[in-house]
Amino acid sequence: MSDLRDLYQEVILDHSKRPRNFGALPGATRKAEGYNPLCGDRETIYLQLAGDVLADVRFEGTGCAISTASASMMTESLKGKTREEADRLFALFHDLITGKGQGGGGPALGKLEVFSGVREYPIRVKCATLPWHTLKAALQSNGATVSTESEGPAAESGGA
Amino acid sequence: MSTALPVTAVPAYDVEAVRRDFPILSRTVYEKPLVYLDNAASAQKPRSVIDAEREVYETGYANIHRGVHWLSVHATDAYDAAREKARGLLNAAEAREIVFVRGTTEAINLVAQSYGRRHVGPGDEILITALEHHSNIVPWQLLAEEKSARLRVAPITDTGEIDLDAMERLLSPRTRIVSIAHLSNALGTILPLERIVEMAHARGVPVLVDGAQAAPRLPLDVRRLGCDFYAFSSHKLYGPTGVGVLYGRSELLEAMPPYQGGGDMIRSVTFEKTTFNALPYKFEAGTPNIAGGIAFGAAIDYVTGLGLERIEAHEADLLRYATEALLEVPGLRIIGRAREKAGVLSFVLEGVHPHDIGTVLDREGIAIRTGHHCAQPVMDRYGLPATARASFGLYNTREEVDALVRAIHKVIGMFR
Repeated sequence: MSDLRDLYQEVILDHSKRPRNFGALPGATRKAEGYNPLCGDRETIYLQLAGDVLADVRFEGTGCAISTASASMMTESLKGKTREEADRLFALFHDLITGKGQGGGGPALGKLEVFSGVREYPIRVKCATLPWHTLKAALQSNGATVSTESEGPAAESGGA
Repeated sequence: MSTALPVTAVPAYDVEAVRRDFPILSRTVYEKPLVYLDNAASAQKPRSVIDAEREVYETGYANIHRGVHWLSVHATDAYDAAREKARGLLNAAEAREIVFVRGTTEAINLVAQSYGRRHVGPGDEILITALEHHSNIVPWQLLAEEKSARLRVAPITDTGEIDLDAMERLLSPRTRIVSIAHLSNALGTILPLERIVEMAHARGVPVLVDGAQAAPRLPLDVRRLGCDFYAFSSHKLYGPTGVGVLYGRSELLEAMPPYQGGGDMIRSVTFEKTTFNALPYKFEAGTPNIAGGIAFGAAIDYVTGLGLERIEAHEADLLRYATEALLEVPGLRIIGRAREKAGVLSFVLEGVHPHDIGTVLDREGIAIRTGHHCAQPVMDRYGLPATARASFGLYNTREEVDALVRAIHKVIGMFR
C-alpha cells in the first residue's frame, strides 16, 4: 500500500501552493483551454512559439493539487524545448503515471519523476495529464476546449 | 436540542445493532475501518436484502406474468408483493399506481416522454428549480427541444432554499408541468412540497417529485403531499440497483400513452392493432429486474421495520452534530444552509480542492463524494467547480463524524 506522501510529495505540494509561470502570457502565439468536467478543473495553457521552439509557456486556472502542480512543473520543463521534445516528454510522463513504462524515463523526465506516485491512484491520472493534453491542443491549436471526457487524443482512461 | 420522542413504546435506536445487519460495514479499507459517508450516491445493503435476492435465484426464480407453472406463479406473487410494499411506503391509494422502472432517472424520463409529449406543445413551459439533479433537468430539456417548449427555472437563495415568490411568478398560463426534487442531493435542502403543490394545483398544473434522496430519509405520504407523480430508486433505499418506482395518480397514468412497447405491456397484439394492458403493466414493457424487485421489497421491509420517523430522527441528529463540528474547522464553509435540511452536508475548504480532500479521506477509509454531484447548475450558482459531500445513512454514527472531522484536520495539515 502506498503512502499518501508518495502522491503528495513535497515538491508537488510546493508547486500546487506556489505555481510557477502562473498567469496569462501577453505575447502568446497559441492558447488552449482544458477542462475536466468530473472535478470542474479548468486550465488555460499559453504558448509562445519561436519557430519550432517553445520559447515561453504559462498557465492559469483552477484545479486540484495534482493538476496545478503538474501544470506548473510542465511549464518549467518545457521552456526552450522543441515541439518534438515536448511530445516525447509527454509520452514518457504518461507512461510514468500510468505505470506502463519500464521506468526508462529516467534523466529525460527530470523533476517530473515526482509524479510517479500517481500510478497508485488511477482516478487521479486525469488530473496529472490535463495540462499536457491542453498543451498538445495548444500546439495543434484548434482553439477548442479540451475535455478529459471527449473522444480522441484527450480521452484518458480513469481506471479503477 | 432534544427531539420530542414519546418515552413509551418506542425502543431506542440501536445503531450498533443496525450496523450488524450490513455485512460490508465490518470491512476495512486501506487497513482502516470503512466509514461510508456516500449514501446520497448509493446506500449499502442489509443482509436481508442480499439474502432475498439470492433466495430468488436459489429457490424461487422464473419469469413473471407468463407461466402457468408453480415457479412463475410464485415469482409473480413475490414481485407483486414488493409492489404492494412500495405502495405502503408511499401510502398510495392503489398498487396499480406503482410502476416499476429501472430507477428515478427512468421514472422522470417516462413522465417526460409519455405525459410530457402529449401535453407540452410549442411555447408551453416546464418549471423546475435551480437545485435539481441532472436527471431532473435533461429529460425536460430533451422534451422542450423536441416540442419548442421552454424550460423555466425557479431560483434558489444563497442559503439554498427555493425562492417561493419567484417560483410562483414563474407559474404561468403556459406551465404544463412542475418537476422538483423533494430533497436536494447537492445541498441537503428539503423543499416545501406541500406549498409548491398547492401553488401549482391552484393553476391546474401537475407536479412530479424527484424523491431519490428523500425516500430513504423521510416518512412519505403521497396523498398528503398531493403530488401527481413521485419517483425514487431502490439502490438509495438500501435495495438493489436497477429498480425504482414511479408513483402516478391513476387518473393521470390511465390517460397517458405507453412509454415503451414490448411484452407484458399489451393486452392483445395483431399486426393491425394492439391494445394495451392495464395499469401498471402498460408501462412495464419487457422482463423486469425480477429478483431485484423482490429484494427491493425486502429493503422496504427493512426501513419500515426500523421506522422512517426514527431513521429521520437519527440522521437529523448526525447532521446537526456534523454541522456543528464542521463549522468549528477553520476555513471550512458549508454549502447549503437551508433551515430544513436532511442527510447531506456539502462543504468546501479554503485553499484545498475537493478532489484532494477526497483522496486524503479515502486513505483514512472514509468514503465521501467530491465533484459536482450531477448538479452542475448548483455548483455554478455558488461559483464553485466542485464540493466535498458527506451524506448520511441509517447506519452512520457520531463516532464516524468524529473520524471525518479528524481526517479533515489531516487534510489541512497537508495542504496549508
